[in-house]
Amino acid sequence: AALHAGSMARAAAVADCVQAVLGSRASANRVFELLELLGGEDEEDAACAARACGRLFGALLQRGELLAGPLPAEEACLAGSGSAEDKYKAWMRHRYQECVAGLAELMGHGSFRLKELALCTLMRFVELEAKHPLVAAEPQGSRTFPRERLKVVVDGLLPINEDASLLISRFQEYMEYDDVRYFVIKAVTGSIAQVMQKTKEVTLLLLGRVWINCSETPILCVKWGGTGSVWKGLGSKREECAHKQAFEKMWLSFLKHKLPAGLYKKVLVIMHDSILPYMNEPTLMIDFLTVAYGIGGAISLLALNGLFILIHQHNLEYPDFYKKLYSLLDPSIYHVKYRARFFHLTDLFLSSSHLPAYLVAAFIKRLSRLALTAPPEALLMIIPFICNLFRRHPACSVLVHRPNGPADPYIMEEEQPSQSRALESSLWEIQTLQNHYHPDVAKAAAVLNHSLSEIEDDLSGLLELSAYELFDKEVKKKAIDVPLEFEQVRGLFGKKNDIFAEHFTLD
Amino acid sequence: MGKAAKRKRKVSVPSTAKGPVKSAMAMVKSNPFEVKVNRQKFNILGRKTKNDVGLPGVSRSKAIKKRTQTLLKEYKEREKTNVFKDKRFGEYNTKISPEEKMIRRFTLERQKNYGKKNIYNLNEDEELTHYGQSLAEIEKMNDIIDSDSDTEERGTLSAELTAAHFGGGGGLLRKKASSGQQDEEEEKPKSRKELIEEMITKSKQEKQERQTQRESALELTEKLDNDWKEIQTLIARKTPKSEKKDKEVEKPKPDEYDMIVRELGFEMKAKPSERMKTEEELAKEEQARLQKLEADRLRRMHGLDEQANKKKPSHVSADDLADGFILDKDDRRLLSYKNGKINIENEEEEEKDGEDEEEEAEEGGKEDNGNEEESQEESASEDEDVAADSHSDLESNVESEEEETAGNKEQNKHKTNENESQSVEELDRKMEAAKSELPYTFAVPESYETFKSLLAGRTIEQQLIILDRIQKCNHPSLAVGNKAKLEKLFGFLLEYIGELATLDLPELRTIDKLVLPLYNLCQMFPEAASDSIKFILRDAAHDMEELIEVKGRATLPGLDMLIYLKITSLLFPTSDFMHPVVTPAFMYMSQLLTKCRITTLQDVIKGLFICCLFLEYVSLSKRFVPELINFLLGVLHISLPKKRAQGYTVVHPFSPVGKNLELLLVCDKKDLESWQKQNLPLSIVTRLKETSRTEMNHIRLSCLALCFDLIKKCAALYESLPSFHEIMHPVRVLLTQHVPVNEYPEKMQEWYHSALKELENKVKQYTPLISEKKKPVPLKQYTPKIVKVLEFGRKQGGSKKEQERKQLIQRHKRELKGAIREIRKDNQFLARMQLSEIMERDSARKRKVKELLGSLSAQEGEWKAMKRKRGKN
Repeated sequence: AALHAGSMARAAAVADCVQAVLGSRASANRVFELLELLGGEDEEDAACAARACGRLFGALLQRGELLAGPLPAEEACLAGSGSAEDKYKAWMRHRYQECVAGLAELMGHGSFRLKELALCTLMRFVELEAKHPLVAAEPQGSRTFPRERLKVVVDGLLPINEDASLLISRFQEYMEYDDVRYFVIKAVTGSIAQVMQKTKEVTLLLLGRVWINCSETPILCVKWGGTGSVWKGLGSKREECAHKQAFEKMWLSFLKHKLPAGLYKKVLVIMHDSILPYMNEPTLMIDFLTVAYGIGGAISLLALNGLFILIHQHNLEYPDFYKKLYSLLDPSIYHVKYRARFFHLTDLFLSSSHLPAYLVAAFIKRLSRLALTAPPEALLMIIPFICNLFRRHPACSVLVHRPNGPADPYIMEEEQPSQSRALESSLWEIQTLQNHYHPDVAKAAAVLNHSLSEIEDDLSGLLELSAYELFDKEVKKKAIDVPLEFEQVRGLFGKKNDIFAEHFTLD
Repeated sequence: MGKAAKRKRKVSVPSTAKGPVKSAMAMVKSNPFEVKVNRQKFNILGRKTKNDVGLPGVSRSKAIKKRTQTLLKEYKEREKTNVFKDKRFGEYNTKISPEEKMIRRFTLERQKNYGKKNIYNLNEDEELTHYGQSLAEIEKMNDIIDSDSDTEERGTLSAELTAAHFGGGGGLLRKKASSGQQDEEEEKPKSRKELIEEMITKSKQEKQERQTQRESALELTEKLDNDWKEIQTLIARKTPKSEKKDKEVEKPKPDEYDMIVRELGFEMKAKPSERMKTEEELAKEEQARLQKLEADRLRRMHGLDEQANKKKPSHVSADDLADGFILDKDDRRLLSYKNGKINIENEEEEEKDGEDEEEEAEEGGKEDNGNEEESQEESASEDEDVAADSHSDLESNVESEEEETAGNKEQNKHKTNENESQSVEELDRKMEAAKSELPYTFAVPESYETFKSLLAGRTIEQQLIILDRIQKCNHPSLAVGNKAKLEKLFGFLLEYIGELATLDLPELRTIDKLVLPLYNLCQMFPEAASDSIKFILRDAAHDMEELIEVKGRATLPGLDMLIYLKITSLLFPTSDFMHPVVTPAFMYMSQLLTKCRITTLQDVIKGLFICCLFLEYVSLSKRFVPELINFLLGVLHISLPKKRAQGYTVVHPFSPVGKNLELLLVCDKKDLESWQKQNLPLSIVTRLKETSRTEMNHIRLSCLALCFDLIKKCAALYESLPSFHEIMHPVRVLLTQHVPVNEYPEKMQEWYHSALKELENKVKQYTPLISEKKKPVPLKQYTPKIVKVLEFGRKQGGSKKEQERKQLIQRHKRELKGAIREIRKDNQFLARMQLSEIMERDSARKRKVKELLGSLSAQEGEWKAMKRKRGKN
């Protein structure tokens, strides 16, 4: 109770202080009390002071009691000749500067509450400064966004050794405003070089949150004060263009740096839906994507998506694309997390009916060969996939019908699809899968024995199939009757020729 | 009301007119001038025509009559609002003859008046007396007396009665008397209440009378008895012998022949009992049974019977000894497997096996019986349920009890009982100690806690006995609720086993024994058993899924799940194409092998255990399990020193590089040399003892040996798969190129070589693939389609529904036309009526005008005549 009373008293004192400073210039020196509290150790005090500062300087900004224009040094200003009014304003401006510095420091504080408070206060300052600019208007006219303040905020968001993800998600709210986003992008681009040395992860997080939707938020400029409207002079087209340019620059400067594998994957995962669409010239990503595609493994799989967009929408010509794709097929594709995405794209790439038969046959043969190591959920997807390929390319049907075929001539190790002799082989793998333990897989594999229907199977539901779903479906089936083992049990390992009895004991 | 009445009349009127019309019809029909024939241009065979002959005159007159009766009436009453209602009974009902009508009307009238009279007639309550007594009471008394002597004194009335009835009284009484009692009752209807009262009193009276009669009879007999006793004592004292003799005389000694005849008659007919089967026969039967079951299993394995026959499997009780098993002799040979090949030659061996099994089963059965006997002897409460299990000798005893002739049988019974009890005692002695504390009946525990407390602290044997007794005491045939209870018991037992397996020191021996009652319960309640195992599987899979979602990786489950999976293979046929329990178990195991990280030696052992499970599951069906091969490859991989894998790829959960490699690598030369193949104790899985490095290394090597053996078994199993070589390719590469064979101890080398041999000397067998030919799409034909016309005049084609619809439409059309025609005719009729009315009115006016003019002209004439006269005059 005492603590509570103490905090109450402190709050009252701080409020009193704010009142005094706002009330008469004579008691302006009490600002120092606030600033002291702001820099203090106590969390409660700091929070209280931050709030008070926000109120105080907000009011002062609105009243215009802070010196606008370039700020002289404090001593010079005080010593210099000028009206008392000017001196007071300059002095107050210095206090304001100190306050901002204090808040920036708070953004690196341990507790999230304080960080958030500091962030909000700073953003409020940004908003008010845009309305009541402290910097002299630039020659173009209305471009008076308080970049310095925003820079402070961005620096605070990209701490050296902390996880600022929570703060960033809080900041997301502000990113909805076009101008804020624009200047944040600019600020980030500026500071990427320093930041990248240490905190790549966070940067990515922040970058990932930056997206552009000019069309949706035209009101922001108005909301952000009539005077500070950045975009008034620009048409929405140009505005978007500028925005995209900044965005592009930011990403390119980010990707210039060497990325660790994990980060690589993360970038690639968001590439197709949150980077490429917002670039002026997505082709600038070609280099990055081709390098990624060449790395191999999961990274290649992921790069495929971005590449596809470039090929599909931006006329990228990629030599030996199918060869590369073919070489991507290794046993792990059925086990990786991005299986659905990969096969979705592969399906797209192989959907053209103009592909040569040898190529498709090579794909079919390789996929089915690899299916010999695949889990059932992947098998349930890949068998209809292969059936679809057969439907699209009837020339490949020799793979399932070769009455007098020799032994398997297919060369698994061959990198060139054309050299793999897949078209001379047969699909014994699928025949093997007819003996799979999972009844659905066995049934699906049995389809190849019969003639295929004309209509392609729908893969969309199968791509995302997970083992657990499969299990769940099976367990929830209502059984009509349950066949029982007829052999009488003779203990846990009591069966005839029990494998367990050979290798385990019941101790 | 008025309208409704009108309508009624409308309907009823033509029916009255029918009678005379009918008679007229015959006359009219014979009149050729009345008949109009619709002549047909062509005669069409089979066509039925309704309207070829018509009577236009008749039908017209009919229509007109009808209109005059209905439409005209309405027309005439069109401006009248008051309605005449005829409420006379049956006035328009022609079905009732006039006489009857009159009678009914009369009764109605009477009925109407009857109630009213009762209400307002106050004189009714007046009590009539005779000699100062209420007449009603007298009547009652009479009734009683009358009912008393219903049969004997009918017609002959007592003097008193006659005096009461005929003696005096006023006019009313006399009248009653003259008409006799029954008549009187009929004539003067008693009220309902009175009637009931009368009935009650009557029945009471009768009862009382019967009682008194009985009492008197009893008294008499008692008295007789007493008398007899008195006399008897006298007789007994004086001549006991003579009395005996008398008796003998009375009951002459039965003839010997008779006795024999009777005995023979009563003696149980020698039933043609089933003779005891010889061992051979039993073995044969058992074999046949197994054959059938095996054939069944094969069918399910190939997934043939999914829809084909859904008949329930004949329920085989746990106690069934298969004596009553009737099976058509099946000449098919028993399918059996040996080393993965269908075994045909060594039938005899198989038979022997069968015999052995049978013997064992028999022994088990015998033991069972012994147990039953004991428990039966000692606890009366169990008697009922053993009746089902029936001992033949006891049964005959029961029957012999019914006969009362022979006393020696009684003795026999005693003897057998003694014998039994003796043998029982012998048996008993052996287990006395164990059983001394066990009660003989058990209720099925309601909750898992009570179940656990029941088994807690008992030895394995005791636990088994307890479970056995629970099952017997609560056999589903004994009470209705037992089935559900025992079904629960299965769940409890399963849970208990799981708990035993998760103990720090898993009591696997106990589990080993507990599997038997579990199997029996499962045989009794397949549905419940499958449900509870499915439940466990679902829980486990769900837990794993959650772990994966939260942590991104899962760990292998504890020993309990492994045991459950093993038990699943014991309880259910794992070779089925699709099985409600086994298929989910397969998928769960597959997830275990692909999703769970292998970080410790225990994980490896667990993984290998699951591999064994997989192999066991598919040992008969030879289904392909990719996960199994992948896992074995991975296990081999982690036994190698770190280096880049070449020629093969390991998949999840193993990785070619990274942590947890060399988990099975043993470098220590000494350990390598001192290694002996040992069976891995399962308890390692729950806790790896603080073992020395050497022991750990030995375990590693044992794992490796196990892995080699599993590879060998896989190779044997999958030999027949078309892409066997492709499947085994990575394993072969690893074995031949990467495994440091020479460093292994000799024993290990043996394992290695046997595995490799199994892999290598397999022929590549590629059967050419032939896919079914597509059925050619038939060309379009231009020959006309010929449809049989089955009925003329009816629209062909279309489904039944469509035909119905068409019919409805047609009928509607016809009705509409008819209605329009009727309305038109109505209007014509009305117009005619109106015209005739107008004509009538006009003619009347003309007539009147004429009259007037006539009279006027007459007047005029007269006047003129007068004038002329006057002029003349």
